[in-house]
Amino acid sequence: MSVTRQRLAIALSAILILGSSVSLPAETINAAGATFPAVIYQKWFQEFHKLHPDVQINYQSLGSGAGIQQLTQGTVDFGASDMPMTNEQLSKITKVKVLHFPTVLGGLVPTYNIPGVTAILNFTPESLAGIYLGKITKWNDAALKKDNPGVNFPDAEIQVVHRSDGSGTTFVWTDYLSKISPEWKSKVGAGTSVAWPTGLGGKGNEGVAGTVKQTANSIGYVELIYAAQNKMAYGAIRNSAGTFVRADFDSVSEAAAGAAKNMPDDFRVSITNAPGKKAYPVSSFTWLLIPNKFDNATKKNAIQSFLKWMLAEGQKFAAGLDYAALPQPVVAKEEKQIGLIQ
Amino acid sequence: MGTAVIAAPPQPAARSFLKRLRDGDKAAHLITLIFAASVFLVTVFLVYELWIHSSTSRAKFGLGFLFTSSWDPVAEKFGALPFIYGTVLTSFLALLISVPLAVGAAIFLSELAPPKLSNTCTFLVELLAAVPSVIYGLLAIFTLVPFLSKYGEPFLKNTVGFLPLFKGAPLGYGYLAAGLVLAIMTFPFIISISRESLLAVPIEQREAALALGATKWESTWQVVVPHARLGIIGSIFLALARALGETMAVTMVIGNDPSIHASLLKPGYTIAAVIANEFTEATGDLYQGALVELGLVLFLITIILNASAQLLILATTKKGSKQD
Repeated sequence: MSVTRQRLAIALSAILILGSSVSLPAETINAAGATFPAVIYQKWFQEFHKLHPDVQINYQSLGSGAGIQQLTQGTVDFGASDMPMTNEQLSKITKVKVLHFPTVLGGLVPTYNIPGVTAILNFTPESLAGIYLGKITKWNDAALKKDNPGVNFPDAEIQVVHRSDGSGTTFVWTDYLSKISPEWKSKVGAGTSVAWPTGLGGKGNEGVAGTVKQTANSIGYVELIYAAQNKMAYGAIRNSAGTFVRADFDSVSEAAAGAAKNMPDDFRVSITNAPGKKAYPVSSFTWLLIPNKFDNATKKNAIQSFLKWMLAEGQKFAAGLDYAALPQPVVAKEEKQIGLIQ
Repeated sequence: MGTAVIAAPPQPAARSFLKRLRDGDKAAHLITLIFAASVFLVTVFLVYELWIHSSTSRAKFGLGFLFTSSWDPVAEKFGALPFIYGTVLTSFLALLISVPLAVGAAIFLSELAPPKLSNTCTFLVELLAAVPSVIYGLLAIFTLVPFLSKYGEPFLKNTVGFLPLFKGAPLGYGYLAAGLVLAIMTFPFIISISRESLLAVPIEQREAALALGATKWESTWQVVVPHARLGIIGSIFLALARALGETMAVTMVIGNDPSIHASLLKPGYTIAAVIANEFTEATGDLYQGALVELGLVLFLITIILNASAQLLILATTKKGSKQD
């Protein structure tokens, strides 16, 4: 055992030494932004570096807002964000035009903790909006009972939980609520942080999940990958076609496919409440924000070849890391956009 | 350097070096002056930066920022009142709990406990000060919050629930949980500094009191503690500064709700917590300006409280010198 280990160690260090001595002077590219896709981005940049040892992409997962800000200030080569840049944000970058490249997809799920209820609950858009507006205050509300026959709801107050930190997740959740509830749209709106009408705030996915777990009769929203990795119970949501859909990779990708038909040329699109019978309604793209001009030709070529690789080989890593991959029509459209980088 | 001085023959150059060494007063004076000034300059620079970067928010909201309670990033309406309230309330609650306990513990450790026990306890207490605040927050989520929601808060509601201070659902998360965590976090500061200043009281003071016929407790309470009061008050204000600025542990248990509640059981928010939560994702000049202005407000609160601490110390010092 120990001999094998020793040999392994020697072999490894030999590889390391050889590797470091042959490695070419690397073209270093710096990027920063969203935390939600950080896991797969790190993996991609690592794998891409293996294929192209002369390209080193560093990614700092600081948050979407920070990514946009650093891109605007020109301190990074490209950014990443869980929400498309607004016209106001784009207008602040005058030297270049920023291109949006969707990379993977994510979904948000309603997770809950009701003592005595083990069933997978069905939520209509109206009941979710009602709960988050603080209008549906008890679990045994008629609206909830109607969609969940046979579930024995307690006569208990609903404890609403939301994210306290500004996040792309909150943007997607409130964007969805704004689309399905005019009242939400006028009273609260969509944003990375909003003025919540009710509820407790938890920091990060883990904060929301922890608060839901410890507070009886609570409901919160977390990213699908977080719920899947932590084996949390989560409900189904009725989509625009009228079917109750539970989030998984397929139903999230389906939402993107449904939205792809009306995809604008700049890819700045929200796919919440997307059409499609199987589409999961609280889904979202996450984007790389790439300037359309680079002064440095090597950098430009490196980024272009990375994007090509990401859309083809890169997508295969998605499922293993609990992200939903891009549907084919979106990939085809993005491949054309790569040519716009000069 | 020392060897260089010894090795050098007594020549004019060396003499001037020795002379310069002898004139060290001036060099030391200059160097320490620079150090002191740098602390002052950092503070000034900090205020300047906060002032400049909050210009958008100051221009838009003026003084009204301090007195309005809406916090709506979507509509870009910002007011600091719920955060000021939450910050002051949780810190006050923390000191209310920690001061009597920690000062009591310090008196025991310095005056009554056998030296071995005292040293061991002090070592453990000082270890507490080194625990990162996120650990306190995690511990609170896993132990304090469930305890409060299952036993602590129902008990308060059943006994003193008629008071507006204890109304609302027993969630566990809220001002009370934040105050308790802060109390625990401020223990080591008060205990260890108070103990040091109690130990620094000259033994003659105690002996004199005992010789006059005072009991052990009378000597401690009427002679030793008043003698050490400056150190004790200082430790309390250090603890207060820690409580006001604490971020991570507070945001994990306070519930992060920017509204003002009379009940300690309700969720609230503090200045440091909202800055940490929202700054990274804050887009738009006004939103960022409002968050920076909150930082300025926290700075002001700290200055006001520190100034009142100085006044308090001044007042008690005068009283003390009259007694002497």
